[in-house]
Formats: sequence, structure tokens, C-alpha cells
Amino acid sequence: MPEITELAIGDIVAEKNFHLDRDSLVRYAGASGDFNPIHYRDDAAAGVGLPGVLAHGMLTMGLSIGPVVSWLGDAGKILDYGVRFTKPVVVPANGQALITVIAKVVELDLDAKKARIDLQTSFDGNNVLGKAQVWVQL
Amino acid sequence: MVNPNIQGKRYPRSASYLVGREKIREFARATFASEESIDLTVAKAAGHKDLVAPPTFPIVLQEFGLKLVIADPEAGLDFARVVHGEQKFVFQRPIIAGDLLTSELSVASVKSLGGNHMVVFDTEIFDESQTLVCTAISTLVVRGEDA
Repeated sequence: MPEITELAIGDIVAEKNFHLDRDSLVRYAGASGDFNPIHYRDDAAAGVGLPGVLAHGMLTMGLSIGPVVSWLGDAGKILDYGVRFTKPVVVPANGQALITVIAKVVELDLDAKKARIDLQTSFDGNNVLGKAQVWVQL
Repeated sequence: MVNPNIQGKRYPRSASYLVGREKIREFARATFASEESIDLTVAKAAGHKDLVAPPTFPIVLQEFGLKLVIADPEAGLDFARVVHGEQKFVFQRPIIAGDLLTSELSVASVKSLGGNHMVVFDTEIFDESQTLVCTAISTLVVRGEDA
């Protein structure tokens, strides 16, 4: 468990790469109950004018918090977590989409022992989440 | 076209949902969480009586409420035109395996923006003692007919 007194604004507390393929999307569909076919069928995605099969926004949001949970050692320390979905993650039929997550300290509340961690989640050189902010209890 | 009059509407409380330990593991693995985060010994050492659900797990309960909105003819929400704009989870306490939860969705706001609609839904999640556990806030963008 990290100590708040050892943290400074700007510290990178976690960083991780994720490789998404079509199997990942099917597994998330099953686990979450979101079976929208744009997340696993090329014809369904093309039919509504999308550039390809997209990862569920909630999958991107879900994997992005993982490195912070690992750093904390306890998912129970997450107080709130919000994101904006700014760009889609296109997942090819044969191949992988590489997603990079960097978690950085942006605000410290020493009295309440709370820290705000911002996430930078990128795919193909673009941030796919905006205002990805997590408040954690330390 | 979303009916702006559904702003403030509350949908009926969901049936009880029992949070299963293996469901937590399934969801955690599907979101690439570490094996340590679904290790019972680790959870107990951190003071929890069972596994802690991943932070985005409440989406499963939010889904129950959204299904009611989609099925509601008054709402006029065409799901084929929906794009997920924003999502937030605010925890009063973590969700733990064994929790018996219910959820209740309400429409916080309906706004028009350049031919599109932005609808904000609040889903409150309660435990067996009717204590608020978590609020899931979802902003859906509904593309206009000509968009």
C-alpha cells in the first residue's frame, strides 16, 4: 500500500501495455452482458458506418484502471472513477490493437489521505479517453 | 428522437443481484485485471470478507436499468443511434462478493446539442440493508435522424 507522504504531483505510479484482439472483445461481451454486434462482427460495424469492429468503451475504461488497482494492491481503495470516451479503438480481425496506459498523480489531499490519479490511455498515437480521473484513498 | 419529458423519470427497482465470486473473477479477467486482484487471500489480508469487484463492475447493474429505458415507448431511445459519451462510478463502499444488490435508474437530464441528444442516467446501487453502495453515472449521445 503506497503512502501519500511519499507521493508528489507528476509521479507516474503505473504504466502498462494491453494487446486487444477479437477474442478479448468476445470475452468482455460475455462477462459484461454487452452483446452489441459492432464489437465482434465486421458486417454489423460497417452497417452503421463504423471504420471497423470497435472495442467496447467499457472494456477500455475497465482495463485502464487495472494498473492503478495493482499499484494500490486493493480495488477497495478506489473512491470514484470517471472517463469520457473520445476516440474509438478499432480491433482488426487478424491482429491486435495496442493500448498504452499511464497513471499519474495530479492532486493530493493530505488531510483526507486522498489522491487524484489521471490516466492517459492511448491507441495508435491518440488518447482514447478524456478526463480519465480516479480518486483513491491512501 | 429522445423524449425530453423523461427527464426526472425513475424506472422501477431491479430484481436482486447476488454478486458471485466467480463472476467477479470472470469480469476481472475480461478487463485484464491482475490475478492478485482476484486472490481471496490478498482480499482478506486487505480487510475484506471476500473478493472486491473491479471498479467498473457496476456497469453490469446499470445495464438492467438501461434495458428498461430501451423498452420504454415513452423514452423513444433508439439504441442503434447511441454512442457512449461518458461514464463515472462513485463508491460509498466497494462491492464485495456475496453482496445482494438492487439498482434503480433515473434520468438526470436530457439535452439537445446540434441535432443530437445527450441523456444522463444515474443508477443507484443499494445493498440488502437499502444502503447506497455506488452510483453509476452514464452519458449517452443519441445521434439525430439526419446525423
